[in-house]
Amino acid sequence: MSWVWKSLNSSIGKKLVMAITGVALMLFLIIHLAGNLILYGGKEAFNNYVELLELIKPFIRAIEVILASIFIFHIFNGTRLWIENKQARPQGYSINGSRKNTTVFSRTAFITGSIVFIFLVIHLQTIWYKFNFSGTELDLYTITTEWFQVWWYSALYFIAVLLLGFHLNHGFQSAFQTFGWNHKKYFPFIEKLGTVYALIMTIGFGSIPVYFFFFGGK
Amino acid sequence: MSPRKINLTLKIWRQRSPQSPGKFAEYKVAVSPDSSFLEMLDDINNDLEKKSLEPITFESDCREGICGTCGLVINGQPHGPIPRIATCQLHMRNFKEGDTIYVEPYRAKAFPIIKDLMVDRSAMDRIMEAGGFISVNTLSVPDGNAIPIPKDIASEAMDAAQCIGCGACVAACKNASAMLFVSAKVSQFALLPQGQPERYQRVESMVKVMDEYGFGSCSNTYACEAECPKGVSVKNIARMNREYFMAKIKSQNIE
Repeated sequence: MSWVWKSLNSSIGKKLVMAITGVALMLFLIIHLAGNLILYGGKEAFNNYVELLELIKPFIRAIEVILASIFIFHIFNGTRLWIENKQARPQGYSINGSRKNTTVFSRTAFITGSIVFIFLVIHLQTIWYKFNFSGTELDLYTITTEWFQVWWYSALYFIAVLLLGFHLNHGFQSAFQTFGWNHKKYFPFIEKLGTVYALIMTIGFGSIPVYFFFFGGK
Repeated sequence: MSPRKINLTLKIWRQRSPQSPGKFAEYKVAVSPDSSFLEMLDDINNDLEKKSLEPITFESDCREGICGTCGLVINGQPHGPIPRIATCQLHMRNFKEGDTIYVEPYRAKAFPIIKDLMVDRSAMDRIMEAGGFISVNTLSVPDGNAIPIPKDIASEAMDAAQCIGCGACVAACKNASAMLFVSAKVSQFALLPQGQPERYQRVESMVKVMDEYGFGSCSNTYACEAECPKGVSVKNIARMNREYFMAKIKSQNIE
């Protein structure tokens, strides 16, 4: 089976890994956003939702393991590609013409991804770890909304989500191009769908810190 | 009455040998707007030679945009600021009085600089040798219309076959990836019946050699398509990806 390993480590194979894990993460984001939006329903609705998740904990744990490995593959592979791609041009150009032939979304995919990763680590510590390893029964609605009262946390959350939107706007259409699904009939639609998806994610996630910071969830 | 000329400052990359460090040299020129970019460089070289100075090394051949020999990075853009043309087709009327123009060679690990603006693009020839061919029986001339090919398929293959192998896609890509070039070559054969016998072996071999030369991977920024003098579409990269996946699933190669 060494051909499978070699294929996945070829230039096209590494792109495929990025695309498959990327699509999986985009699906996860939809579910994550749906959960987050329950915050708008108030304390009772959100805490009931968290309780519901507690009931299916073994299932959630299994999903978390899969999700974590997908994240690791995406981040590891992305970083490796970035390093290798830098090595493909040891000496850069004195004049950078990339503004004339590429979009800001595609040029900055690694940088936006890196900032989202930094946020992810903080986010896991402040919310996920608290939710899962505090031992005692917690009022998670209050914990979450209190975090959003912290200006730097809300600001970081908002910036990370905005850059995530940049990342997704590139990633969505890029994944389909990598799969080879670039067709005259469907690809313009895929590109638009990617932008709509990125906008929904940015506005959906981004509205939460803004709302709870300025209105305190009251 | 002397013809109108524009004054330009050129900063041109000068590098003695592959190993020696290079730097920009400045040249002030007054050039006719009707002159082509390469004619302007010829004029500079004539002046340099008159002064017994080393002329600027750059490549060109047909000077009508079909051979793919010329290729300079002009103000950060391969083949200059005008889309769909090669460097030889770029005219000085596209620049303004007083402009400063930076001229650099293609920069990629797989394209080592030989001298000044000349780079070694033989990595692309090695990729072609790995699979950029079809097998044809010799002896008598084959019947021209023996294999019917739908017009739209033939056109698509010809669109891919427009690639002149100049390497601008590699130069434009932030990853110095050769995927547009390789995908155009894979596509032109994969689309046609004549390319079917080696179809899967071709894409596997060409991608393998491409990777060995240290070209980067594609991150779908599409700078290649924007800078390609022939407008070769990134749809070809999507097609190469499909061909590659199918080759990996179907070919007998377990290496």
